[in-house]
Amino acid sequence: MSEITNQSLTSLAQNIKDKKLSSEEVTKAFIERSEKSKELNTYISEDFSNAIDKAKKFDQNPNLNLKLPGIPIAVKDLFCTQNVRTTAGSKILENFIPTYESTVTQNIWDEGAILLGKLNCDEFAMGSSNETSFYGNVQNPIDKGLVPGGSSGGSAAALSGKLTPITIGTDTGGSIRQPASFTGTVGLKPTYGSCSRYGIVAFASSLDQAGPMAQNVKDCALLQEVISTYDKKDSTSIDFKRNEYSKELTKDIKGKKIGIPKEYRVDGMPKEIEELWQKGIQYVKDCGAEIIDISLPNTSYALPTYYIVAPAEASSNLARYDGVKYGFRAKGENLIDMYEKTRSEGFGAEVQRRIMIGTYVLSSGYYDAYYLKAQKVRKLIKNDFDEAYKKVDAILTPSTPSSAFKIGEKKDDPVSMYLNDIFTVPVNLAGLPAISIPAGHDASGYPLGLQIIGKAFKEQEILNIAYAMEDKINFKNNITDWWIK
Amino acid sequence: MSKNKSEYLIERTNNIYEVVIGLEVHAQVTSNSKLFSSSSTKFGAEPNTQVSLVDAAFPGMLPVINEFCVKQAIKTGIGLRAKINKRSVFDRKNYFYADLPQGYQISQFKYPIVGEGTVILDMPDGQKEIGIERLHLEQDAGKSIHDMDPQNTLVDLNRSGVALMEIVSKPDLRTPEEVSTYIKKLRSIMRYLGTCDGNMQEGSLRADVNVSVRLKDSKELGTRCEIKNVNSIKFMQMAIDYEANRQVDLIEDGKIIDQETRLFDTKKNETRSMRSKEDAHDYRYFPDPDLLPLEVSDEFINELKSTIPELPDDKKKRFIEEFKLSAYEATILVSDIEISKYFEEVISKMGKNQDIKLAVNWITGELFAVLNNKNLEITESPISAENLAKLVNLIKNGTISGKIAKTIFELMIDGDRDPQKIVEEKGLKQESDPKALEALIDKIINDNREKAIEYKQGKEKLFGFFVGQAMKASGGKANPQLINEILKKKL
Repeated sequence: MSEITNQSLTSLAQNIKDKKLSSEEVTKAFIERSEKSKELNTYISEDFSNAIDKAKKFDQNPNLNLKLPGIPIAVKDLFCTQNVRTTAGSKILENFIPTYESTVTQNIWDEGAILLGKLNCDEFAMGSSNETSFYGNVQNPIDKGLVPGGSSGGSAAALSGKLTPITIGTDTGGSIRQPASFTGTVGLKPTYGSCSRYGIVAFASSLDQAGPMAQNVKDCALLQEVISTYDKKDSTSIDFKRNEYSKELTKDIKGKKIGIPKEYRVDGMPKEIEELWQKGIQYVKDCGAEIIDISLPNTSYALPTYYIVAPAEASSNLARYDGVKYGFRAKGENLIDMYEKTRSEGFGAEVQRRIMIGTYVLSSGYYDAYYLKAQKVRKLIKNDFDEAYKKVDAILTPSTPSSAFKIGEKKDDPVSMYLNDIFTVPVNLAGLPAISIPAGHDASGYPLGLQIIGKAFKEQEILNIAYAMEDKINFKNNITDWWIK
Repeated sequence: MSKNKSEYLIERTNNIYEVVIGLEVHAQVTSNSKLFSSSSTKFGAEPNTQVSLVDAAFPGMLPVINEFCVKQAIKTGIGLRAKINKRSVFDRKNYFYADLPQGYQISQFKYPIVGEGTVILDMPDGQKEIGIERLHLEQDAGKSIHDMDPQNTLVDLNRSGVALMEIVSKPDLRTPEEVSTYIKKLRSIMRYLGTCDGNMQEGSLRADVNVSVRLKDSKELGTRCEIKNVNSIKFMQMAIDYEANRQVDLIEDGKIIDQETRLFDTKKNETRSMRSKEDAHDYRYFPDPDLLPLEVSDEFINELKSTIPELPDDKKKRFIEEFKLSAYEATILVSDIEISKYFEEVISKMGKNQDIKLAVNWITGELFAVLNNKNLEITESPISAENLAKLVNLIKNGTISGKIAKTIFELMIDGDRDPQKIVEEKGLKQESDPKALEALIDKIINDNREKAIEYKQGKEKLFGFFVGQAMKASGGKANPQLINEILKKKL
């Protein structure tokens, strides 16, 4: 048997079911590796001793019919976890311990999983490099000094560094897919309404969606199967028939029509990304799928639209962090002074920037020009996809316009940072599902991802395409464990 | 100048001004739980004991609409003869305050659940129609308490998230009396519907009052000022009176009225500027992305329509037709659903051969006086409808006189006693046996021979003396009509 932490979720679950491994052994193995991996800075809060207790308890009376039997999992620190500190990567929630559990994490525990700890992320999920976290940068296991992407950077790094067998992230504009692409892992952003938002610290409510992150497509499908449930506690949760994604997974995608949108061929895109894309096209052809050129004419408006809609919602969603009820409070002369100091000291620069943008675009006199117009463009972007899906079953694009960049490289240039989300953002605006799978390496040996965008509620379709492609790509991550001394 | 008594005009040396008033009434929806959470809405609980994670705006908490509150709003809309909007949208009204945990209030801004409607006022000089602009659903905020701690403001979130209906009138009101009647009518309709208890003391009904003035016969509206959060009809009337005069004085002095929000100081009886239009909050309204647009079907609305009880206007019409009441009497009896219920119960318990007029007089006279004195609601009436019906019947069938009835009524109050039993116990039954009364009268005439002669000689005033003597001798029980008849015969 290979080393525990090198095993996929599917293999670990099978070994536990076959009683070849105990939950305690598995849990301890991931904890041990996590302990040795402090330099990656993936954890904001560890819950290791509780995890071992839970694993022992599981082993005493193991329910082997569960989908995640005794599997230890670390999750993004945006999910509220009962009695375990939840910070959202922010100082303002530094000491916040929820009394409640998010629906998505509850679904995981209900299937037998065990919480290892809470993973680093950009502050309130606002960032593409994990550099906005109050709890410091996360190192990409691929190479020292490299960002893991964001905002689910801690999740992606912990996953590719084998500190957790699978993980969950959230994706508002690419926060699962871009870090997956940067770390050579698989990340799925489900259809808006597929996973409950209850108990997830909100960034932009109409875009936020939790999703699975895994070593491979099969694990990803299994985790999606667990976390996607209809939830009455979230009014935007949708009651549709969910597949048994892992069971129904197939590599047979013969005759599927895959769209290639010409607008994703952006100016200044590195040649290796274009080549990766062409390789991807060849792979799906090899699988028997049909390639069809399509147009998504409003693609270029997606990023500006996103950077109006998301900050607008965020500016309102983050108003509750005011020092009155919970979380960080600065001393002030009076209520207004307390608000100003609390929010100036409690929020980092990027969060403050987005609150200001959001406040501006909603202000009277600017609302029509920005927010309202952005909503109209959002509709046009969705219409583009609707139109395209009359001709194709799914769309294939690069996940990101580049591979992972160096820590600090884009920190002072928000626009260049925002451009990282250019291929992922339209999907959130349209509420569609999309998966990023590792598809190759750049000249430095850094991973590059391809994105498959599906029709709403057709997660199974894109998982199948990804599953078939995965086989052809046969991607291997070059991770040297450089951080382990 | 018009002689119309109900007209409210402000006169100055050279000009006469008309006052234009519009109301934004905030009515708390009668419901067990809040608009977007399952916390209780019960009034008077210990501070911060009825607060859910949603109400306190914990991270990741989401609002879920309370369908019952939606029904209540639609029912109210039907009661206001208003257009029900099948699609409405919840917006966020953003502002910071310590008692607003989310940092925004969920309200309906562009697309309210109820559109235009009308309310009919019964004024002394006839009916008047007041237009309703809209009704929308929104959350209440918590309560800030500034006077319990010298250093700190305390916050009670029990009210945070409770459902309110904001009912906006058109600027159709012209006098403080109309405002009073309008509020009472709104309250009456909502109480009939069971959608708001209308309790102003508990804050279930509050209003912002918009006041402007203009020269009489002018068609243009003046600049309005909004007086925030006035919580009694009396204060509304006082505030309007003060504010209208203040505005007229400004105009007379050649000054301009600033559009602003003002507060009414109940102690000093004056309105004070709170903030000007320039300082007005920018609430940055936008559709709440946590909630989908609210869509209701025709079927849903029709089902609610079928549950709507007879409302005051219809009931009044029926009372006039069915019971031959005057418009005035009917208006009083339908003003409150409980009064109308009491009245109808009295009528039904009276059985055949009813004297409705007499019953109305007893309810609006004696009974109302008792309720008033004791500060009781009709539902707390010390005399049940059944016993009041019996009393009226005892008068009607001649068992007791009206005068004796008043004595019995007093005795009934204590313990809701059966008047029939009191009559029997105290021997208060009216003496209607002509033979007994003849004997009694014979004796009186005998004892007062001289007076009888004087009467016969033309001193007709003395007739009253004999009636009095007869009543006295009978202990007040003699049937006065019979006494009259017998005396006329005998004297």
